[in-house]
Amino acid sequence: MVEPENIEKRLSNNRRFDTIFAVIGLISTFVGMITLAALLFDLSTDGLGRISFQFFTSFPSRFASQAGILSAWVGTTLVMIVTALTAIPMGVGAGVYLEEYAPKNWFTGLIEINIANLAGVPSIVYGLMALGLFVYQFKFGQSILSAGLTLALLILPIVIVATRESIRAVPSSMREAAYALGATKWQTTRDHVLPYSMGGILTGVIISLSRAIGETAPLITIGALTFIAFLPDPPIKGEFPFVSFDWLWSPFSVMPIQMFNWVSRPQQEFHLNAAATGLILMVMTLLMNGVAIYFRYRFRKRIKW
Amino acid sequence: MVAIGTNGWNTEPLGGMMNLQDNIIVPETQTPSRQAGQTAAAQTQNERSIIEVDNVDFYYGSTHALKSITVEIPEKKATAFIGPSGCGKTTLLRCLNRMNDLVLNTRLTGSIKLDSKNIYDPSTDVINLRRRVGMIFQKWNPFPKSIYENVVYGLRIVGINNRSLLDEVAEKSLRRAALWEEVKDNLNKSATDLSGGQQQRLCIARALAVEPEVLLMDEPCSALDPISTAKIEELIHELKDTFTIVIVTHNMQQAARCADRTAFFYLGELIEVGETGKLFTAPEKRQTEDYITGRFG
Repeated sequence: MVEPENIEKRLSNNRRFDTIFAVIGLISTFVGMITLAALLFDLSTDGLGRISFQFFTSFPSRFASQAGILSAWVGTTLVMIVTALTAIPMGVGAGVYLEEYAPKNWFTGLIEINIANLAGVPSIVYGLMALGLFVYQFKFGQSILSAGLTLALLILPIVIVATRESIRAVPSSMREAAYALGATKWQTTRDHVLPYSMGGILTGVIISLSRAIGETAPLITIGALTFIAFLPDPPIKGEFPFVSFDWLWSPFSVMPIQMFNWVSRPQQEFHLNAAATGLILMVMTLLMNGVAIYFRYRFRKRIKW
Repeated sequence: MVAIGTNGWNTEPLGGMMNLQDNIIVPETQTPSRQAGQTAAAQTQNERSIIEVDNVDFYYGSTHALKSITVEIPEKKATAFIGPSGCGKTTLLRCLNRMNDLVLNTRLTGSIKLDSKNIYDPSTDVINLRRRVGMIFQKWNPFPKSIYENVVYGLRIVGINNRSLLDEVAEKSLRRAALWEEVKDNLNKSATDLSGGQQQRLCIARALAVEPEVLLMDEPCSALDPISTAKIEELIHELKDTFTIVIVTHNMQQAARCADRTAFFYLGELIEVGETGKLFTAPEKRQTEDYITGRFG
């Protein structure tokens, strides 16, 4: 039998451990928060002064004060469009197939493990593969198309995993309800599974795009330019047929590469330009994550079982 | 599920039993004959079997869940499946519209005939089968959409989008499910904002909208309060004039109140099936008697 005083002592010990753990947890949390805040502060003090209308509308220049990120942000936008248009349908399609259609056997099990592994492959390896496949084999050249497809491959596993996770969160009772009314698999997926998991899928897609937007290594590998003083052919034209896809074949630069280029210059002024670009990139990423959180919140609020 | 000796349990189940006996509704077609020799499967001339389960064995992986079940479900009557948890009654119910196809690693032998056609024949169109054999689940599962869209979903998936036709079916189905008066002004409200009992009746309306021949109900009241339960039981009484109803229930009073025929399952076997009044008052098998008198389960 344990003496009552002993129990009292143990309880107070337990409480002390509780407090200690809470403090450690709090510190760990703050390390991350403080790092992010310090980074933003540092970039702001260096770069904020450079951000102006001129900075967005100027091509790179050998004079730091006249240089801008026009070709870089246009390149980033166009590459992201290609990435999103290829990665989203493929990733969501693969996720839906694996969750709803694929038989559960050793082969699909192998595919699942490999998709998880693909998410961990270093991005430069994707760059090497894309150089061989897209640039040389398919002869897409060092173009926006090659870059977009490369980044699409890079984020594909993330999109697939996010899709599967959110599809799995749809209760099976919803599927049963639809099947019991005579819905086919596709009708069940289209009318129920996808709409109810859309919040999670969108979140995953946006977060993966915000990862792709900062990728540098694979794009350097496939030959992105670091100095480019012209814009790609515009996608929308004044005359018939109004749309053009010539921009897909255009050489390009993206914001992180522009930043990398400026950081490697010896002049201090160019470093300020790099900080400004970094700040814009970070704000873009944070905004995208904010949109993801908003979507998640909206969809969660709308759907309850 | 150990049989407990008479001295080992309090009198409460006995009290419940008295209540049960009082509440038995004897269907009109039933003759309260208690001859021991009368076979359980005996049916009167005007009864036609819409579903014939013939020698069905069912396996979840290596678990033998149903053991040579043979039972007939009469048309436009309510049949109840009773038995303790894990006895296979829900499994059998889910075999009747091939809902178990969705469960991995399952296997069925034997045949289940709907209108004399084996539904496990490879030529069977499962989609069509499920439109003929509707299902209500234990936990109500309306889609997180409007009440209206829930009811008409079964029509939308076959391409019916004519608004006036959908309106008509929605009203008719909701009336049949005794929900119309409560929701007629809020058809565009989210279905998940309704109370539990209303949501379950909405699920019934949704199933009725596709005009099934058979309605399978898997413990439809097990999570409902007594008033909602009473409403759904009343509904079953009305619906069985038009539809064949098969209801799985844990609640023996409910089986006694709603069903014309009752089948008792135990450990994957069909122990006894017969007219409800007879099964509850003069069961032929010892296990049935033990179960309905509360000696186990």
